[in-house]
Amino acid sequence: MPKMNLSHFEAAVLFALFASVVLGVITKRTDAERLRYGVRCFVYFLAALIGLGWLMHFGHG
Amino acid sequence: MQGVGVRRCRQIAKLETMPTTPTKAAAEATPPVSKWAPAVLLGWLIPGGGHFLLKRTGRGTLLLVTVLSMFLLGLMMRGAMFQPQTGDILTTIIYCGGFLGDLASGLLYLLATWLGYAQADVAGHVHDYGTKFLVAAGLMNVLAMVDAYEIATGKKD
Repeated sequence: MPKMNLSHFEAAVLFALFASVVLGVITKRTDAERLRYGVRCFVYFLAALIGLGWLMHFGHG
Repeated sequence: MQGVGVRRCRQIAKLETMPTTPTKAAAEATPPVSKWAPAVLLGWLIPGGGHFLLKRTGRGTLLLVTVLSMFLLGLMMRGAMFQPQTGDILTTIIYCGGFLGDLASGLLYLLATWLGYAQADVAGHVHDYGTKFLVAAGLMNVLAMVDAYEIATGKKD
């Protein structure tokens, strides 16, 4: 099994992508709604990721 | 003051009109196990399997690819598999919960442990992410199983 080395950002983006796909697939009723919800979830994940990253950056001083 | 009294009277009237015995509607709300068990069980063993059984091939494929990718990435990041442990409340929740999360991946978990891919917990952020990916893959599969249950019982298309 090959070993994988990812940065915090890469791992978190991958996690966001997979979680958004599953949330999109299982929550809504039509394909268009699923796609829209999945994309929205992914954008929210990224916004939280970048926002919290900067918060921690400034919190460290 | 008067408004509160009126609201209270309405609440009491509502409680009095509530049926005390199980109705036909309540009985219909509990679908027979044979209707949903095969889809849920197959969904546990093979991520997206329940959807394949219920002829939702597109969604089943997406779920399979997502859960499988997440699980394989977790293994490649050398994530650890949880073993159930008891002790203080936090240890019990983390280790037993983590074990259940890992187990929820079904055949992926069973094969990985059987073929010796389960690894001990080591320090490092990549390993840590790997452990979380492995548990999250199982939790995503639980969501897929719930979806398969809802489709099988007709609550969802």
